[in-house]
Amino acid sequence: MTASQFKIAIIGAGPAGMSAAARAAELDISHVLLESASHAANTISHFQKGKHVMAEPSILPLRSTMSFAAGQREDILQTWQHELAKHRVNLRAGAAVAAISGQRGDFLITLATGETLSAEEVVLAIGLQGNIRKLNVPGDDMPGVQYQLDDPEEFKKETIVVVGAGDAGVENALALAEHNRVILINRDEEFAQCKSANFNQLMSEVTRGRIETRISTRTEHIGAGRVDELPLVYVAQTPLGLECIPCHRVIARLGAKPPRQLVESFGVHFPNDDSTAVPQLSEQYESDVPGLYVVGALAGYPLIKQAMNQGYEVVEYIQGNAVEPADEVLLKEKISIISGVDSVVAGIARIRSVLPLFASLTTLQLREFMLDSEVRVLDKGEVIFSRGDYCTSFYSVLEGEVAIQAEGKSGERAAYQIPAGNFFGEMGLLSGRRRSGTAIAGENCVLIETSRRSMLRLLHSVPSVRRSLDEVAIKRRVQNSLGSTMPESDLEYLVQNAKLKQYAVGDVLFSEGDQADGLYLIRRGSVTASRMLEGREVVLGYVPAGQYVGEMAIVTNSTRTATVRAASPTEALLLDAGRVSAVIQRNASVRARLGSRYLERMGTYELLLGEKFSDQVKFLLAHGVGEATDILLIDYAKCIRCDNCEKACADAHGGISRLDREAGPTFEQIHVPNACRHCEHPHCMKDCPPDAIHRSVNGEVFIGDNCIGCGNCQRNCPYDVIQMVARGERKQRSIWQIVMGTNREATVKETSATKIAVKCDLCQGIGSVPLCVNSCPTGAARRASPEVFFSRISNHGADESAGRDE
Amino acid sequence: MKAFQPYGLLGYKQFRYLKLFALLVSLAIMSYLVLPVESGHYGGTWLGYVLGILSALIVLLLLWYGVTKRRTPRVRTRRMSRKKDRQSTSIKPIATLQGWLSSHVYLGASLIVLATLHSGFHFGLNVHTLSYVLMLIVIASGFYGTYVYLHVPQLITRNAGEESPDDLRLKIIELDERARLHALGLPDEINEIVYQARTSTHMGGSLWQQLRGYQRDCPTQSAVSRLLKLGPKYIMNEQPKLMRELYSVLLRKEKLVLRARQEIMLRARMQVWLYLHAPMAVALLAALTAHVVAILFFW
Repeated sequence: MTASQFKIAIIGAGPAGMSAAARAAELDISHVLLESASHAANTISHFQKGKHVMAEPSILPLRSTMSFAAGQREDILQTWQHELAKHRVNLRAGAAVAAISGQRGDFLITLATGETLSAEEVVLAIGLQGNIRKLNVPGDDMPGVQYQLDDPEEFKKETIVVVGAGDAGVENALALAEHNRVILINRDEEFAQCKSANFNQLMSEVTRGRIETRISTRTEHIGAGRVDELPLVYVAQTPLGLECIPCHRVIARLGAKPPRQLVESFGVHFPNDDSTAVPQLSEQYESDVPGLYVVGALAGYPLIKQAMNQGYEVVEYIQGNAVEPADEVLLKEKISIISGVDSVVAGIARIRSVLPLFASLTTLQLREFMLDSEVRVLDKGEVIFSRGDYCTSFYSVLEGEVAIQAEGKSGERAAYQIPAGNFFGEMGLLSGRRRSGTAIAGENCVLIETSRRSMLRLLHSVPSVRRSLDEVAIKRRVQNSLGSTMPESDLEYLVQNAKLKQYAVGDVLFSEGDQADGLYLIRRGSVTASRMLEGREVVLGYVPAGQYVGEMAIVTNSTRTATVRAASPTEALLLDAGRVSAVIQRNASVRARLGSRYLERMGTYELLLGEKFSDQVKFLLAHGVGEATDILLIDYAKCIRCDNCEKACADAHGGISRLDREAGPTFEQIHVPNACRHCEHPHCMKDCPPDAIHRSVNGEVFIGDNCIGCGNCQRNCPYDVIQMVARGERKQRSIWQIVMGTNREATVKETSATKIAVKCDLCQGIGSVPLCVNSCPTGAARRASPEVFFSRISNHGADESAGRDE
Repeated sequence: MKAFQPYGLLGYKQFRYLKLFALLVSLAIMSYLVLPVESGHYGGTWLGYVLGILSALIVLLLLWYGVTKRRTPRVRTRRMSRKKDRQSTSIKPIATLQGWLSSHVYLGASLIVLATLHSGFHFGLNVHTLSYVLMLIVIASGFYGTYVYLHVPQLITRNAGEESPDDLRLKIIELDERARLHALGLPDEINEIVYQARTSTHMGGSLWQQLRGYQRDCPTQSAVSRLLKLGPKYIMNEQPKLMRELYSVLLRKEKLVLRARQEIMLRARMQVWLYLHAPMAVALLAALTAHVVAILFFW
């Protein structure tokens, strides 16, 4: 065996890779740990200084040769360094992998340097960060050229060139501008790549002369400065010609190549193109390339502890040891609730046999699914959720049955029975809206309740689950919209060629004057209907998920009378026009239902043909109101700019206001401040490693105590309403302090250095009306759903109930 | 945007506090007219005491608004599980601040009648009449405050357009810089004008300047008019394009400066009365205490 031949090659020295390598070292297996960066644990070492690293999920035991517990970044890194040395892990830093070929027993790994290694088995633990893009010009690796910025405070009184005008580059430039001369290089003509908040801040710094920028500029090379000058010379091609900037430092923030491409080039397949998709893996973390294993964040396990456990387990599996996964204890506890099941294996088998929806899942996927789910045994008559609740869990009936009582818009009631083997709750999951019915447990009812996140992950990664779920969901949606009295045969007839269509914001579902192609049932998002009036598009109405559009043309057998566009990312179900007409002919109740809806809509349209309503709706939709469930709007004709809303919010939330009253757009006395919209499909929930962001029954999206402070939600929020702050405490001011006008800020005390994400929680647990609304002296601030605001501004149902409206 | 919320400060909850006001005032007037008194109306009669005590309580309640406004409900430790927890979110606040303010306005107004009747129209140079006068000052400033609260906000919005005050300031700085650069290529006379416009244009300043909302001989405005006059002199020989651009920059700046001043003026007008209202209210409390003590011990 030569030096470059190993039993196991582990790629990526993050928590998963280190844990695997340490286990291999402990078992005395020949191994190599390849890391593209210059040291192990690269991602964590780039966390901000002194950051408190969390060990979520706290219930999961750690099983690894390496140790890990929540603590300061520095301590953890030091422990790992020490342990890597102690176990004599064969770490090769600075070794980026370019290609992998071969099969089990004979893999050939080619490094970026051209060197090759061979290994019998390969463990991919490369995480999601990807390989950082370099400048790719002469001198791009000189000392003083860096691709990351850990602590902006480190540099003072330097001349720094920042390359890259994405969020990372702009944020670095802003942070450095405080104490340095900063030149920001943008290769485009405009700063269109960064968030609007960053853009505005950048522009104000540029106007103040604190940051210089170069646009349409490309880096030519970086060289050493002359002896009596600054250490580096940055040379770039600007529209005005070649420019040389002597500087101390070049920081390039050019993003990273997503790891998926690299992984696919190794022959691993992903089930679909979704950005969140993870490769399909066996129970032993083996991919569809035999001998190639995938663990850690890339396999869908983003937390440090999970990754370390998998690193350990994968080495055991490669050795042929059937170790119990670390989560066995947890699963056992959950599954033992099912009567007649005594082992996890039996439980998983039972679930697979009873629930056809999950039959196609691998055991690993089912285990993961069950880990995020809860088995619940219910008493007869127990209410699982009520109509109007916000809860996005998904339920599968394992035993017994569940009754769903739905109520239509006009008050007609319907009841469905969900027998064992079926599921429910998919409508709330898909639409992100309130429950349309009440679910009540029947006799001997056992349910599996699955969180929104794991259900969505399943839908994204397993197409067969998505297909079977859609089949049932489509049928239920049709039944829900057109009435449950329709005979089964007609229902089948309608559903048979129903098409599921996706629309981005602004996409047209159908246009005024078109031939009617069918009835559109909106199952996610929302749409607006508009008509052309004197050459201008005038908005007539707003239709949220759960309702339908397009019935006018079918009922009257004419062309489309309005144009319908998606107001937020929308999914609609298209029922063929011919089939709908045929069913209408046969069923009086469906006919009556569509007819009355048609007349109702006609009435509102005629009433709304005013431009003012249209302009206001357009404005509100342009600022994210369409996807909101509860948005703060301020009537600027009443707002006395006292900022009492912000003060009250800060008082109630540790001294930090979660809303910015003055920021945000204004149109015709309607002001949309920077405050959480509690979106139907919250962007902040998209990528939360500890799954700390939830929606409560009442609808508020809140961040739980297990936030690890990673900042993903802050970056994902398009409305900039999430802040990263140190945990703090605030004392209530005494009357004496109020009279004396004591400084509010002085009463805030930071209790720890850990930064966590905070956002509006609609004053959950404080009062039924959010304090921003409650403490508005003139009643200018209001929180409500977009429907309420739209009906308000159209003068429908203008009532004056206390502050918060459903 | 009327329908956004149909009633404002005064119409809160279908004019709930207007009704209370009407009730209080009419009861007081009726009692005053109907109830028999032996030696004429004054504070010492049975009715006088009732009205006096009622008025004093109202004054205290009105003062308490100042405290309520600055205090938010105490927050209990929040541990919210993912499970249903409906009870914890159903605590209704006793009143919204809007309700407080609406009642503040109407109760304050009712004092004019209640306190006047309480005095039985006996005025003199003493601490009692001092309290009465102070009260009237507070109420009058409050009326002005109500007026500006109802009318000024929409003027501010309309004036500001889509820009926040910070945006305005930034844009003005930017235009100043551009004007400076343009003027560099032009004669000294013009540079001097631009320099004046850049360094001596004031927005805001002392309270009086804020309230006036204009600057006498504003350098920016005079720069625009002087440039227009100087135009024919330079436009031929000097760089005509630069002159034109400079003129347009200054014109734009003038517009923004006027808007910024307007904004400052409106905001100042909306807030200035509080500097009279609040101290006078405290003075009233002191005078009222003296009035009550005087009656209890020396009458």
